[in-house]
Amino acid sequence: MADLNCPVCGGSMVVPSDALPGELFECGECGAQLEYFVDEKNVPMLRVAEEVAEDWGQ
Amino acid sequence: MNIGLAYDVVRFEEKSLIQAINDAGHVAKPLHVVGKEFWINEGNGHEHDFVIQRCVSYSRALATTTILERFGNLVVNGLDVLRNTADKLITSCMLARRGVPAPMTAVALTRQTAVEIAKKMGFPVVVKPIYGSWGRNIARAFDEQSLVDILELRENMPNPMMKVHYLQEYVDKPERDIRAFYVWGEVPVAIYRVSKMWKTNTALGGRAQPCPVTDELREIVVKAGDAVGGGVLGVDILESKEKGLLVNEVNGVVEFRNTVLVTGYNLAAKIVESTVQVVRR
Repeated sequence: MADLNCPVCGGSMVVPSDALPGELFECGECGAQLEYFVDEKNVPMLRVAEEVAEDWGQ
Repeated sequence: MNIGLAYDVVRFEEKSLIQAINDAGHVAKPLHVVGKEFWINEGNGHEHDFVIQRCVSYSRALATTTILERFGNLVVNGLDVLRNTADKLITSCMLARRGVPAPMTAVALTRQTAVEIAKKMGFPVVVKPIYGSWGRNIARAFDEQSLVDILELRENMPNPMMKVHYLQEYVDKPERDIRAFYVWGEVPVAIYRVSKMWKTNTALGGRAQPCPVTDELREIVVKAGDAVGGGVLGVDILESKEKGLLVNEVNGVVEFRNTVLVTGYNLAAKIVESTVQVVRR
């Protein structure tokens, strides 16, 4: 588990230890869609998820 | 085997595939393509026995498949199949060439020609973007005036592909269509997508229900899958009262969460097992 903060509202979030970069989570406090990633220093973080683009889908 | 999984966003499908790879005793190598450097002239360290392409973005899927194949990786689905399925015009041509039943389809490059086609086809007609998913920007025109309005809107969009007007006869289906899965020549599972709306995509609220894989369904799905190059595909089938089963679309990076939820079938395990067999042959 990793204790991270929502980049939108600053609320705390717990991300499971088996989370993969690119995995999406919803902030329980503000509802923001967030993407889990690991930065260049190997620090786990959250950022606002990409919006659905025109070329997305199956 | 070392099995790569190229992805941008993690969904149920990516997690299921990683689980299935590990459960079968192979090594899953997730490759989050966003933010990675892909050099063309030298190795990228992304060599695998095969790679499952899972990018939800078609542009990313196309780019990373091209590069992974350049370094000798077998990618599922490969570049040809990705292109054949992402471009509805190519799909239609490949189906027609193999005589696979599909809705009547025509293409026009001007508004006036599109109207002439629609008059011959008969209203209502369906206008689709050549590229696009989840039912986005697909419109139905009931008469000449509504078709002209739709075409005008399309022609004012910045994407030049919107000036290629892909028209199909409207198939009056029984409040559902079929999503069948093609896995290396087999059809292991299928669902109905039920909706009161004419667009039955589950992304738009269509409800999944189990669908039996009859001999008739299997035959048309295998023909469609073979026609676009095989691999792992989702084949969308319309049930026409007059013409029987028709192939509406073929998808090259399939979503299957709803299928697993309503059928209980472990499609991820089937995809991994069948692809390993194909690679070992």
